[in-house]
Amino acid sequence: MTTPAIPEGVKRCPTRQFTLWLAVVGAVLLWGVYAMFLIWYKGLNQTGMNDAYGFALWIWADLAVIALGGGAFFTGFLTYIIGKKELKSIINYAVIIGFICYSSALLILALDIGQPLRGWFIFWHANVHSMLTEVAFCLSCYFAVLTIEFIPLVLENPKLDRIPFLHHLSHNLHEVMAVFAATGVFLSFFHQGSLGGVAGVLYGRPFAFREGLLIWPWTFFLFTWSAAAVGPCFTMLITWLTEKITQKKLVRPEAFQLLAKISGWMLLTYMIAKIADTWYWAAVTAPSKGFSLMDFYSNNPVYGIWILIAELVICGIVPALILITRKGRENKKLLVTAAILAVLGVCINRWVMVLQVMAAPLLPFHDWYMYMPTWQEVATTILPVAYGAILISLAHRYLPVFPHEKELNPGQ
Amino acid sequence: MTQQPQHTKTKRYGMVIDLDKCTGCGACMVACYAENNVPFRQDESDKMRSLNWIRVMKVDNGKPFPDTQVCYIPMPCMQCDGQHMEGHSPCVSVCPAVATDYDQTTGIVSQIYTRCFGCRYCMAACPYHARKFNWWDPKWPADMEKYLNPDVSARMRGVVEKCSFCYHRYQKARDKAYVEGREELHEDEYQTACAQACPTNAIAFGDLHNPEHAVYSLSRSKTAFRLLERLNTNPKVYYLSSKSWVRRKADNYLEGENPEQIREKARKAAATH
Ligand code: SF4
Ligand code: SF4
Repeated sequence: MTTPAIPEGVKRCPTRQFTLWLAVVGAVLLWGVYAMFLIWYKGLNQTGMNDAYGFALWIWADLAVIALGGGAFFTGFLTYIIGKKELKSIINYAVIIGFICYSSALLILALDIGQPLRGWFIFWHANVHSMLTEVAFCLSCYFAVLTIEFIPLVLENPKLDRIPFLHHLSHNLHEVMAVFAATGVFLSFFHQGSLGGVAGVLYGRPFAFREGLLIWPWTFFLFTWSAAAVGPCFTMLITWLTEKITQKKLVRPEAFQLLAKISGWMLLTYMIAKIADTWYWAAVTAPSKGFSLMDFYSNNPVYGIWILIAELVICGIVPALILITRKGRENKKLLVTAAILAVLGVCINRWVMVLQVMAAPLLPFHDWYMYMPTWQEVATTILPVAYGAILISLAHRYLPVFPHEKELNPGQ
Repeated sequence: MTQQPQHTKTKRYGMVIDLDKCTGCGACMVACYAENNVPFRQDESDKMRSLNWIRVMKVDNGKPFPDTQVCYIPMPCMQCDGQHMEGHSPCVSVCPAVATDYDQTTGIVSQIYTRCFGCRYCMAACPYHARKFNWWDPKWPADMEKYLNPDVSARMRGVVEKCSFCYHRYQKARDKAYVEGREELHEDEYQTACAQACPTNAIAFGDLHNPEHAVYSLSRSKTAFRLLERLNTNPKVYYLSSKSWVRRKADNYLEGENPEQIREKARKAAATH
């Protein structure tokens, strides 16, 4: 007798409907793959980048996706190390979302270099003083950790679980998960931080440059802190979206509430640090290089002071205040709005640290540099979204991602 | 500098460009293209993707005619010494693969094309836009390949390149001196192509540590300044101009700041390292 591949006791949509959905998302994926092929075959001349804009859309997408994937390490830390049992309801999903984010980041990095076949030079000829080297090492190691965290879940697919070896492997991996979670937290602290350091150490770019502690600019700590704060918001948002699409309850409300509360306090403390950093930079660092704050926010068609207000107030303080109050958290609409704002806020922060840094003029006789991504860049940036949607769909259909799904949907 | 540098074995090759002499003719750019096998495109109108190791910028004093004054600023790689004059150049410190490095014996910032994998972090770090990315594989008109300089390798698509102060010329001159049993190079034995091509002698090149070289005293003259000195990149390319509006264009100043005072302060701070 063949066993069904779908976990026992849960209801999934008909195969035809599922295939149709995969075909639609698959078409978007193929569009991205075609653009990817063009970039590898013809080179980076397929992008809208130029000599002033060496870092552009992809680096932003990379930084943003890694920050959002931060839900995996932080939820893992809370679940396995701090021992927040409520989060067991969402940890599997956090790991899957993290896995998608990090594999996407690695894919984008492979696209973003001029000589992809030499990508391994970063490990072989490593410059230990470069923030990018630290990013590459920690990122690859953490991706390996995420894969290990993901494997036991894959092995729990009813068909695979029938095989005794895989069944035991999965069980044993579960037992030692705390070790991997701890390793993941350690690695994430450094790679999220180094990603912040990438811009912060650019002492030739006063817009990005930050003073700091020992070899680390403030941005090192701010990036780690913000990823830990906003990553869980992204996990909650995707979970909420999945619940809407599948029209099921998937995660216990306590898990949501706890994650929201911790996220809120993390976000609030992050915002205090971020505002202090911005103030110090505007009052001390930038003037010491001959710039006033408004030099970076005027005389150009895009980068106005609104961007700073949007990042710090609308997408920072506001969601933090919603999330730290019980009333805000318990109101689903407010909770989702806060999560969306927080996610937007971290994306704006990463955008500013990549794109605005490149745009701001340095010499008095230089103008602002503007840049438009080509469709190839856009398609390859959307590619991970399609890939993520497919992986999530498959995982949701065939793996017991949500341990409390059965109990939360008794009628099905 | 508080301590006068001695004529030491450690060279610090640098350039002094007299902006009062530069006419903006572009001979330096042409010479550089030819000397360093810098490829060009059939249509060079997109300057943001043009390859050039030295480019001539045009600035004006912003006043209407007849008070308009124009100045041309040739800009090669500034061969930055870095924050503490120890080679921590903005570009060198960030390259993850050590594809660009600071040579402590000459002060020249190298670029290893076969090592570079095109991450462009160095371009993001360089405030002078001195680094160029090879967006395409180089192509020369058929017969032109015969004119290529055999001492300089051509660069492939996907890597970053920049001015090397014609380092191959240094190697050649050093080899010659070695064969002749000498350790020191004469000033005229090692000159960059742009310095030699400049019809108005606006570009002087030599060892900034060697009092016998013209650049030694020129770089210490009252009208000498560097671009973006406040960033502490410590460039080894100096400029000369008698015009205060030109000197003000070299850096960013807040309202009410006196460029000369600030420059003096920055120089003193750098010298204490
Ligand atoms: S000018 Fe730019 S490329 Fe040249 S040494 Fe300085 S930072 Fe590096
Ligand atoms: S582009 Fe090349 S030289 Fe520049 S940082 Fe990357 S590997 Fe180094």
